[in-house]
Amino acid sequence: MVFDIEVNNKKIKARKGETILSALNRNGIKVPTLCFMEDLQPTGACRICVVEVEGREDLVPSCSQIVEEWMKIKTHSPRVIKARRTIVELLLSNHPDDCLYCERNGNCELQKLSIELNILERRIPGNKNVLKADRSSSSLIRDPKKCILCGRCVRVCEEIVGVTAIDFVKKGNECSIEPSFNRPINLSSCINCGQCIMVCPTGALYEKDHLPELLESLNNPDKHVVIQYSPTVSVTLAEEFNLKAGKDINGMLNSALRKIGFNKIFESSFSADINAIEVASELIERLKTGTNLPMFSSCCPSWVKYVEQTHPDLIPNLSRCKSPQQIMGTLIKNYYAKTNAINPEDIYSVSVMPCVAKKFEAQRDEMTSKGITDVDAVLTTRELAKLIRLYGIDILNIESELADNPLGTRSSAGKLYGVSGGVTESIIRSFISKLNEHEPVNYKITELRGVNKNRKEFKLKVSNIELGVAVVSDMINAEKLLIEIANGRNDIHFIEVMACPDGCINGGGQPIPAKKEDIKLRMKAIYDIDEKDSIKFSHKNPLVNEIYQNYFEKDKSNENLNSIYTNFNKRDILL
Amino acid sequence: MYAILESFNMSQKMKASIKKYNLPDRSSLLDMLQIIQDSHGYISEKSIADVSKLLSLPSAKIYGIASFYDQFRFTPYGKFHIKICDGTSCHISDSPVIIRELEKILKIKPNETTHDGKYSLETVTCLGACGKAAILSVNDKYYTEVIPEKLKELLDTLNVIEE
Amino acid sequence: MISNIQFLKEKVLVQNTSAYNKDVEERLKFLRRENTQIPIIYIGKGTCGIIAGAIKSTEAIKEYLSAKQITAEIIEVGCIGLCIAEPIVDIQLPGMTRLSFKNMNSENIVHVLDGIFNNNILNDFVLGQYRKKGLQSWENIPFIDSLEFFSLQNRIVIENAGIINPESIEDYIVNNGYNAFVKTIYHYTSNDICKIIEKSELRGRGGSGFPTGKKWKIAHDTASDQRYIICNANESDPGSFLDRLLIESNPHKLIEGMAIAAYGVRTSKAYIYIRSSNKLGIRRFKIAIEQAKEYGLLGENIFDSGFNLDIIIKISPGAFVCGEETALISSIEGKRGMPKLRPPYPSERGLFGKPTVINNAETLCNIPSIINNGPNWFNSIGTNSSKGTKVFSLSGKIKNTGIIEVPMGISFNDIIYKIGSGVKNNKNLKIIQVGGPAGTSIVKDKLSITVDFDVLKENGAFLGSSGIIVMDEDSCIVDLTKYYLRFLSNESCGKCIPCREGIHRMYEILDNITKRPKDEKSHQTLERFKGVMQMESLAEIIKDTSLCGLGKTAANTFISSIKWFRGEYEEHIFDRECKSGVCKELRVFNIDFDKCTGCNACPKKCPVNAIIGTAKYPHFIIEEKCIGCGACFETCKFSAIFVK
Ligand SMILES: Cc1cc2nc3c(=O)[nH]c(=O)nc-3n(C[C@H](O)[C@H](O)[C@H](O)COP(=O)(O)O)c2cc1C
Ligand code: SF4
Ligand code: SF4
Ligand code: SF4
Ligand code: SF4
Ligand code: SF4
Ligand code: SF4
Ligand code: SF4
Ligand code: SF4
Ligand code: FES
Ligand code: FES
Ligand code: FES
Repeated sequence: MVFDIEVNNKKIKARKGETILSALNRNGIKVPTLCFMEDLQPTGACRICVVEVEGREDLVPSCSQIVEEWMKIKTHSPRVIKARRTIVELLLSNHPDDCLYCERNGNCELQKLSIELNILERRIPGNKNVLKADRSSSSLIRDPKKCILCGRCVRVCEEIVGVTAIDFVKKGNECSIEPSFNRPINLSSCINCGQCIMVCPTGALYEKDHLPELLESLNNPDKHVVIQYSPTVSVTLAEEFNLKAGKDINGMLNSALRKIGFNKIFESSFSADINAIEVASELIERLKTGTNLPMFSSCCPSWVKYVEQTHPDLIPNLSRCKSPQQIMGTLIKNYYAKTNAINPEDIYSVSVMPCVAKKFEAQRDEMTSKGITDVDAVLTTRELAKLIRLYGIDILNIESELADNPLGTRSSAGKLYGVSGGVTESIIRSFISKLNEHEPVNYKITELRGVNKNRKEFKLKVSNIELGVAVVSDMINAEKLLIEIANGRNDIHFIEVMACPDGCINGGGQPIPAKKEDIKLRMKAIYDIDEKDSIKFSHKNPLVNEIYQNYFEKDKSNENLNSIYTNFNKRDILL
Repeated sequence: MYAILESFNMSQKMKASIKKYNLPDRSSLLDMLQIIQDSHGYISEKSIADVSKLLSLPSAKIYGIASFYDQFRFTPYGKFHIKICDGTSCHISDSPVIIRELEKILKIKPNETTHDGKYSLETVTCLGACGKAAILSVNDKYYTEVIPEKLKELLDTLNVIEE
Repeated sequence: MISNIQFLKEKVLVQNTSAYNKDVEERLKFLRRENTQIPIIYIGKGTCGIIAGAIKSTEAIKEYLSAKQITAEIIEVGCIGLCIAEPIVDIQLPGMTRLSFKNMNSENIVHVLDGIFNNNILNDFVLGQYRKKGLQSWENIPFIDSLEFFSLQNRIVIENAGIINPESIEDYIVNNGYNAFVKTIYHYTSNDICKIIEKSELRGRGGSGFPTGKKWKIAHDTASDQRYIICNANESDPGSFLDRLLIESNPHKLIEGMAIAAYGVRTSKAYIYIRSSNKLGIRRFKIAIEQAKEYGLLGENIFDSGFNLDIIIKISPGAFVCGEETALISSIEGKRGMPKLRPPYPSERGLFGKPTVINNAETLCNIPSIINNGPNWFNSIGTNSSKGTKVFSLSGKIKNTGIIEVPMGISFNDIIYKIGSGVKNNKNLKIIQVGGPAGTSIVKDKLSITVDFDVLKENGAFLGSSGIIVMDEDSCIVDLTKYYLRFLSNESCGKCIPCREGIHRMYEILDNITKRPKDEKSHQTLERFKGVMQMESLAEIIKDTSLCGLGKTAANTFISSIKWFRGEYEEHIFDRECKSGVCKELRVFNIDFDKCTGCNACPKKCPVNAIIGTAKYPHFIIEEKCIGCGACFETCKFSAIFVK
């Protein structure tokens, strides 16, 4: 039902049951929000969205108040503006004044509000927050000094990711956001997905910075600096340079990296191809022997940590194949180093990931070969953008270039690793081909595509083998699925789990903000590439085949192939 | 659900009290914490982990909830648990001075315990004897009409009791 | 002869009449101990009685009795609300009225007992005697109800508190207890009950003064498979202790009120949310529930009426904000006690999403009397907009501290000067604080205003919290306001910005002006003034934008006190002076040249090096540097340092 309400002396249309905010937004009126989160129940905590409703004694939070037909609303009356200003001033009154040294300088909601409300003076004095930053995690840094307690991180961690590593602690003025027992976050159940970073309006949460070390290596003439970038980076980086989401700038990315001075530029989609082939074989093997099923994907380090801490008994079900990032890292320091006669210790191996958990993955003890770390530094998409700006590269106005070989050519299947469902789709492509010894005509699996789906499932039959796959992209749904399986469900043989909703395309290292429409466009960009590209199968990637022939299969001891496999281990933490 | 309970390091009495609740019914959380607080005097990481298993709730959540309430503590009390009332009546009868004085003597702040585990300090709002402010209690024994000058003497008598 | 329980159930409760036959009347009289053959000693054992030493007194009594080989019955009762007189011990000799003695610590009681058993009443300790038909009264001893403390009171809610044994359901029943409940389930429908309460015009005593009957009716009429009623006994504001008294001194009355309410809103599940520190109350309430169950007054199919009721005790682990109804619900559900948006109101969607009536303990204790005496009786007491009585806790610098129950419409003058006997130590009154930390300050000249929802609301107070705190001329308004703001800043749930940050900022600003700044630089001075200038506008925004009642009322004390005491605030700000000497950190110390021996002890103690001087010569304090900590003052063995 639609009815008229009066807003700022004009009539606008409102729908029955919607909030004032939703009615206002649809009619082009902007009201600032802080605690509000799309799709989640409003809490009405921050009060920044207040409006004046005639007949109500107090100001009313528009994000949570349902519209009524009788309402006459003022969204920007002097009273409202004054209240909003005061609220922001209160937040600023004990806020450390160091925007200039802040991770979110220029992209901070608090800063924006202060500009919008024209706050030019500290009217309300307050004792500055002196809380210490928690730098314990290898993925993210929490700086509670800058936290405005909007609760968005808590809600995303609990209601979207399904981990609840952090919560509000204490009350009143002592309130803060903490892991269980105020432990450092690396000892908590945090799985490093970084979704909390994505929703934090301020610089209270951000990735562990790897830029300084990288710059040092870049400036060191003795270092051979090699970079790999994840499938999603080429379609999200442009947003950092104010382009609309979904623009693929792969070629420019290559050329920018070359200008910065990386000695070699490789694509993680290449190693994703290898991952797809290996996981497909692993799956066939397990189906034959009937052991450790259902098999879980293991390319998301957040999910891996979740299994290690929450379901240690299921560790054997994880695919033992390393993730694309780590395969590439291994290949660079072994295959590439050997073929080009470079001392692996002189190589500085960098990756660009949509992800902060990859920083954690890179430093895991298990992620080494022959005592040498696979990957030395991991940048997020955001950090890469910083680097590009630092080197003064006008990325949108440069010529396209290609990545380097031998590890820079990919199939579109490798690219699909960037979206939830894509991993499975690539694996199935190789799986079918292996069993049938020819490629399926229909490479597209629409059942496994699309955003915002809690669960995607697909069943197929290839040469007498029935395969059931399931795809989830958060721990809530992963957990539900595991319960179903524990309760006897046995028609699922492969499960792809990503920690970030919709997959790495929405990873914790991507440009902020990542609105829902943006995610859709990012995803579309990936599928468009799959549509356009001629090589759609991992095992059709000529360079991949070359590596199999010259490196993996030639080696009789199997050591080379084993180096892209790993183990996972139980973790004892306070869940 | 009750089966895990058996593996916990808890007294039979506690286990019996816990068994009165439906598991994993979230609304019994505060009661359980209360049972633990009452029997152990504080809530340890271990007990939070136990409750977390009983109620299938993440420990961060339980800690967040427990820390909200004044009554739950996460470190053990000292041998002498001193509660000083800072309710209105006591406040205007100089309880702030008493608190400051005790902080000075014991070298701890409210909600802390001395290193030797002997004293712990807590401020509360109203012990319910406003008429005889200022009030202080040690291990639930009350002292009325306390004045700052008498504190040292009071602490001394505690030590005598101990011997 | 049938057992007491059978008698009370079948002959008293089920009969449910006001005129029992002679046998029954006779046995009731016996049970009321009106024709006792041995002396009865009643010991007041409320929390405050115990704190004041009632346990030791009990031991002394027992020792005395056995030493003198006197047989007497000892009965533990709750408290009558006169804290100042605790421990209170009453003695009833056969045939005589009950005599009440004050300050009965373990020494005094022995003298009093010695006296009374030797026909020598120690008048110094006598509080008064209780009026009772059929018993002989003592000569030259005032009746309790003629004492000024009691004569202006109208005790309905706290009627039998301190008089009957709270741990005995028999004591409650023989004093007309549970009659109203049995009448309810036998003679009224749930609709009738809602109507009676609505007609009585009873308004909630817990805060907003919402008409209780109306609230019940909404929950009653909301379709649902389950409803709940909750008794709110969180009471965590400093200076308010009436729920404590109700529960520990007469728990059955509250149970009866809850039971009638449960019947009225058609629910079989009632909760009581009691603050954990109220240990004695919780214990007595548990006992009372067990007894009521034994009598079949709780449980399944109560008195064959088909009505079921279960009362569950939920212990509040301590948070002031959990008194707010939505926060209370969250707390019972096992969550952080954070308030939620209303609407939906709990009466439509409350505990576990079901219609829930939340009532204050005092509100519920009014119910049995209303059912017994009818709505018209109730609304004949009080004023136009406020019916019935109101219970207050009196504390602070007042002579008679304690709990009182007065009819609505009485003036604060009467409460303070008549019932309370005026200010302690014959000082002048400065203000009274009504309604707890979020209440309002009433100045001396305004004490003629009356106890009435609407009158108080006009004056920025609300009748919610029962605390009246009296401040004398020696108190400091800035300190008091600061104290309340600190309390509220700690007790805010922390959810919304204006409340969490705003209250704390206000506290910090006041804290700043009640201290001599360490090493004040010019820009800090400026900040200090700026802060003060923003206080009023800040107060207004916090009120306007906070989510729940805590935030909305937090600035009340400041707003009301600055109206009357702007001068005092300004003294703190501009002159850095606290005339009453309460703000200790504003003190300035000086050294008396004649007394100082130059022992050099004080400079070592001064945290800011404000003392200069050479050994053996008089020292000197640099006033600008001194932060008023008093360390030097305590150090000087020659009393050379004094407060300027
Ligand atoms: C911060 C805050 C604290 C409160 N504390 C109490 C309390 O301790 N006891 C109480 O009965 N009501 C308290 N209330 C009021 C309750 O929210 C609610 O209005 C009341 O219990 C309703 O009962 P009534 O209708 O009988 O008054 C409080 C309200 C607020 C905002
Ligand atoms: S969080 Fe925002 S407002 Fe705060 S310092 Fe950083 S950029 Fe500035
Ligand atoms: S915005 Fe203002 S404070 Fe920040 S750098 Fe520019 S001039 Fe300096
Ligand atoms: S990184 Fe992920 S798991 Fe860790 S706190 Fe943030 S949202 Fe929760
Ligand atoms: S860390 Fe960020 S998202 Fe979390 S509460 Fe603080 S400001 Fe909000
Ligand atoms: S889903 Fe992708 S971006 Fe998110 S944590 Fe896993 S690997 Fe990282
Ligand atoms: S006003 Fe205060 S107590 Fe109420 S919800 Fe907001 S922060 Fe919590
Ligand atoms: S009071 Fe005495 S010790 Fe304290 S600062 Fe002043 S001069 Fe120094
Ligand atoms: S302690 Fe007293 S006597 Fe000694 S120097 Fe100081 S003021 Fe003088
Ligand atoms: S956005 Fe509405 S209250 Fe926070
Ligand atoms: S204020 Fe201290 S006992 Fe009540
Ligand atoms: S005498 Fe009982 S409340 Fe104080």
